[in-house]
Amino acid sequence: MTSSTSTHGPPGTARPLLTTHSLTKSFGGFTALGPVDLSVAEGTVHALVGPNGAGKTTLFHLLTGYLRPTTGRIALAGRDGTGRPPERIARLGVARSFQVTSLFATVSAVEHVELALMSGSSLGRAFWRSDRQLARHRSPALDLLDRVGLADWAGEPAGRLPYGRGRALELALALALDPRLLLLDEPTAGMGVEDVERTVELIARIRHGRTVVLVEHNMSVVASLADRVTVLQRGRLLAEGAYDEVRADERVVEAYLGTGHD
Amino acid sequence: MILRRLAGAGGLPLLVLALGFALALPWLLYPPVATDILCWALFAVALDLLIGYAGLLSFGHAAFWGSSAYATGLIAIHTGLPFPVAVLGGAVLAAVLALPIGFLAVRRTGIYFAMVTLAFAQLVYFTANQWKDVTGGENGLQAIPRKLPGLDLDDAFTFYYAALPLVLAALFAAWRTVRSPFGRVVTAVRDNPDRTRALGYSADRYRLAAFTGSAFLTGVAGGLYAINHRFASLQEVYWTTSGKAVVMVLLGGIGTLWGAVVGAAALVRLEDWLATAGFEQTQVVTGTVFIAVVLLVRRGLWGTAAALARRAMEKTSTPRAELVDDTSIPRKLRA
Ligand SMILES: Nc1ncnc2c1ncn2[C@@H]1O[C@H](COP(=O)(O)OP(=O)(O)O)[C@@H](O)[C@H]1O
Ligand SMILES: [Mg+2]
Repeated sequence: MTSSTSTHGPPGTARPLLTTHSLTKSFGGFTALGPVDLSVAEGTVHALVGPNGAGKTTLFHLLTGYLRPTTGRIALAGRDGTGRPPERIARLGVARSFQVTSLFATVSAVEHVELALMSGSSLGRAFWRSDRQLARHRSPALDLLDRVGLADWAGEPAGRLPYGRGRALELALALALDPRLLLLDEPTAGMGVEDVERTVELIARIRHGRTVVLVEHNMSVVASLADRVTVLQRGRLLAEGAYDEVRADERVVEAYLGTGHD
Repeated sequence: MILRRLAGAGGLPLLVLALGFALALPWLLYPPVATDILCWALFAVALDLLIGYAGLLSFGHAAFWGSSAYATGLIAIHTGLPFPVAVLGGAVLAAVLALPIGFLAVRRTGIYFAMVTLAFAQLVYFTANQWKDVTGGENGLQAIPRKLPGLDLDDAFTFYYAALPLVLAALFAAWRTVRSPFGRVVTAVRDNPDRTRALGYSADRYRLAAFTGSAFLTGVAGGLYAINHRFASLQEVYWTTSGKAVVMVLLGGIGTLWGAVVGAAALVRLEDWLATAGFEQTQVVTGTVFIAVVLLVRRGLWGTAAALARRAMEKTSTPRAELVDDTSIPRKLRA
């Protein structure tokens, strides 16, 4: 199923933070994913690549509880993560971004981040307090916006952010949760060159102390960030290894060229 | 953000005006009708909390209004406790009832949520109808006492002023809730539940909490209504009562709280006027008015008035940027 290349992470970080066992997802009779046995080593940036429709987003939905697996299991940091609802997964220290930017149109950027930061406390249950209490998260929220290049957009409602800025806010929301495992679904898709560079730099900075799974079509992004690359095709693992190994793999070249001619 | 601050700027004079109006009401109207307006206004506000802020259209809130009406009546009859205590007892019962109903209902949204709540309300109606020993069946609960130490509440005029603080406190609770950290999460769940869940908030739990809180406030309103009429009947748990509250919210405009108050006052006033004029088919007229308002002014009476006022203010006053009083937010300004 996987390639002949090593199935262990880089030296010293072999402990898997995330593993899936024969994970499959079918829609009706159509198997969109699996069976997939994936192992993501703690502390690594693990890229997930493959043509459109390969099942990458479906895998993310399974990992974060938005879809229930048809069969198989998910282990997160040694705990069973199968079939848990998204909010519980989030509370296990797993944050995700959405491939299709998913924000609150009328809420300002800084209030988005405040909402995310508040989820770490019980403040969200306080119906008897003023919402001005959220101001306690104001300065960390502004810092975070600054880091993703949104400092000048803090007061702007998300519905009025240009596309690339919306993507950056997606990333800021995931980061606000200070996750152990960060799942990023095409974070740079549709961004201009400058924004792509900024995002790559940002991920390179925030990866320390975390594990990142990255779905990405831009191969130069993959090359500069990923310790390990898994190639998915039609729901199956096609190959896995370091970027150079995978790129040299004939089946991978064929898969990409093949779909290119479809 | 800007709209909020703007509303806040117009808020104080508005609040003073509304309070003055509330104090003058029993001079302007037949006092029992004035108290009815208080009860329905609170009911409508409690429902708007759910419809406008949690995005859940309940078509079964008569279950909470009515069960509290019965419970309040029973407490007042059997214990003779002061009426606010009886009303709170009824409201607590409504909230307790809301927990299992809400638990099952919040798994659905939209029309399915409306149907599930309606179904449970019908169950409560049939229970009240069958359980004649307790509810009095078709006869209802009669001669509910109206007590508060030191006051003669047999006078409807006095009772209005005894009821007013309780209603104002409940309205304040609703206002506080929608402008609280909890309110932020609830509106986030309404607007984008999947995103909110990814941030670690349980959409269902927040919906359930909003549902229960709404039921509690509805219970305060229903209990007070029973005390006002000294009577609780099957009408209180009937589906038309749920419908009437929904009409009030839509008539006034959803998601503003103020709109619910206006819608309730307008509808109670209209029905009273029709009844005094000897008109039998009040529901036909109110239904027609409702359809006209929904078709002509989709944001409701209050929503439309507020939009007009806002536009007028934007024309005459300062540029928008200066209205942002929170200077810690750098805001990218655009022409
Ligand atoms: N909810 C769904 N119902 C039916 N088919 C789906 C659903 N979600 C995804 N699919 C199908 O599953 C396959 C994998 O989709 P997806 O995971 O979005 O791919 P990728 O993210 O790799 O582009 C596609 O063929 C897609 O059409
Ligand atoms: Mg995808």
